[in-house]
Amino acid sequence: MAEKAEINSKFFTSVHLDQDLCKGCINCIKRCPTQAIRVRNHKAVITKEFCIDCGECIRICPHHAKLPTYDKLSVLQNYEYTVALPAPSLYGQFNNLDDVNIVLTALKNIGFDDVYEVSGAAEIASELSRTYIKEHPEKYPIISSACPSVVRLIRVRFPNLLEHLLPINPPVELAAQAARQRAMEKTGLPAEKIGVIFLSPCPSKVTAMKSPLGMEKSSIDAVCAIKDVYVELLPKMKEVEEPEELAISGKIGVGWGASGGEAGGLINDNYLAADGIENVIRVLEDLEDQKFSSNLEFIELNACSGGCVGGVLTVENPYVAKVKLKHLRKYMAVAGTHLGEAVMPSEPMWTQDVEYEPVFRLGNDRRESIAKMARVEELCEKFPGLDCGSCGAPTCKALAEDIVRGEAREHDCIHILKEYIHRLSGEMSRLDD
Amino acid sequence: MSDTVKLTYQVSHEDFTRAGEASSDVKRHLKKMGFSPEVVRKVAIAMYEGEINMVIHAKGGTIDVEISPDDILMVLKDVGPGIPDIEKAMQAGYSTAPDNVRALGFGAGMGLPNMKQYSDEMEIDTKLGVGTTVTMKVYQG
Repeated sequence: MAEKAEINSKFFTSVHLDQDLCKGCINCIKRCPTQAIRVRNHKAVITKEFCIDCGECIRICPHHAKLPTYDKLSVLQNYEYTVALPAPSLYGQFNNLDDVNIVLTALKNIGFDDVYEVSGAAEIASELSRTYIKEHPEKYPIISSACPSVVRLIRVRFPNLLEHLLPINPPVELAAQAARQRAMEKTGLPAEKIGVIFLSPCPSKVTAMKSPLGMEKSSIDAVCAIKDVYVELLPKMKEVEEPEELAISGKIGVGWGASGGEAGGLINDNYLAADGIENVIRVLEDLEDQKFSSNLEFIELNACSGGCVGGVLTVENPYVAKVKLKHLRKYMAVAGTHLGEAVMPSEPMWTQDVEYEPVFRLGNDRRESIAKMARVEELCEKFPGLDCGSCGAPTCKALAEDIVRGEAREHDCIHILKEYIHRLSGEMSRLDD
Repeated sequence: MSDTVKLTYQVSHEDFTRAGEASSDVKRHLKKMGFSPEVVRKVAIAMYEGEINMVIHAKGGTIDVEISPDDILMVLKDVGPGIPDIEKAMQAGYSTAPDNVRALGFGAGMGLPNMKQYSDEMEIDTKLGVGTTVTMKVYQG
């Protein structure tokens, strides 16, 4: 039980299954980049330790049985005073938006007491990153840690790259720290009466809130979906006549909403930005093999195609949203928030190292793992190599690994079962004679 | 119970899109077998360099990998032109890669030097016109 509790806290996942909707098809098991899903007893099961919360299964499930976990807007009622933290990707959801203040004012009109733009905190993160990168050439290329799925992927699959991670908390955490501080000063309320609520493009931020990496405890109280807020915002935005001056960010901060934005904020050309989980994995593989030139200073990685605008909790097509952000940024100042001004985040840097979690290891020690791997190779020789998924595992190799882990049987392979039945019926007919 | 895992890979000539497939696969295997990140890194780099060499210089070949609890043995065998001057080939920056290969960003003359650096033991057996066999070993320190 203790072990299970530890797994639950260390490997939270923000994806859950609607048992009634799941048909037990193989779409999600095939799509999952870490092979975390199996179909067992006609239902999809996620291995929490393997899941990195990339949202691919949510995207692909034709029956909408894979559901993201997030808070409903009714969560506002749990607090005496609430602050909305809109992600920059929110601004990419609306047509013809030319003033961010309209969105921010409408947020107050749907029930939030105050707003604090995550893009403002992102500009602080950009400033801190610029300094950190300049001061740490020994860590080149430094890898962005803003996308929780990327950090989780590196934690379980790329131990050699952990030391390259940028040890700065993501903009939303910086925003939450500053927002709570500001709200406490403004209202005199104790910290726990203030609800700091992130309006998020993706459910991995729920995981980052509940089981954060790099810090002990998240400053975010709840994570609501952009798609839920969108519905509420649209009518209220039309009613805004005189938008309040609430925006605190410029081009750099709002740019973080799409792929390349974080890197762009470094004002440095020696970077690479990749998006989409498969592309991210390729970059990390190549990085591990030292395929990149040594003058690469920074690598921005986003699990979703297009960056945060591609999150599963958004409404607009990610590439359209990206263009909308570009238009919106056109007439903005370079940055609106600077270090040292107004209320600053209390804890911008990581306070904990992220450690390697060798979850894919087959046995308890090397000798046992090697013996098990030898058995996997043997089993693979037996299997047809069609990777058909009928057994519930994404590939024949994955089934072989499940078998040596004691989680599946050879006869789960329908081809092996067919042969077995064929042989059995042959023997029975011989007995008849 | 067997205490070694044997893996075999075919490397095809001048197919840069597939170069690195073998080293990536070995890497995945090693991580599942609980080798230390440092060992995984050494094997990945040494083997990737070897793989690229086979793509550029040899007419492809075979890589045999034998993984046991204490070490990883890699045997890269090709039927390429052979190495005329091993001493020169071992020098950092010395390259005989053609221009079209260099244009792709390969052929910087770090192949063999990197293989030497990242493996704990390396032997080259080469015969002009017949082929080259590079044997590398990485110890689980």
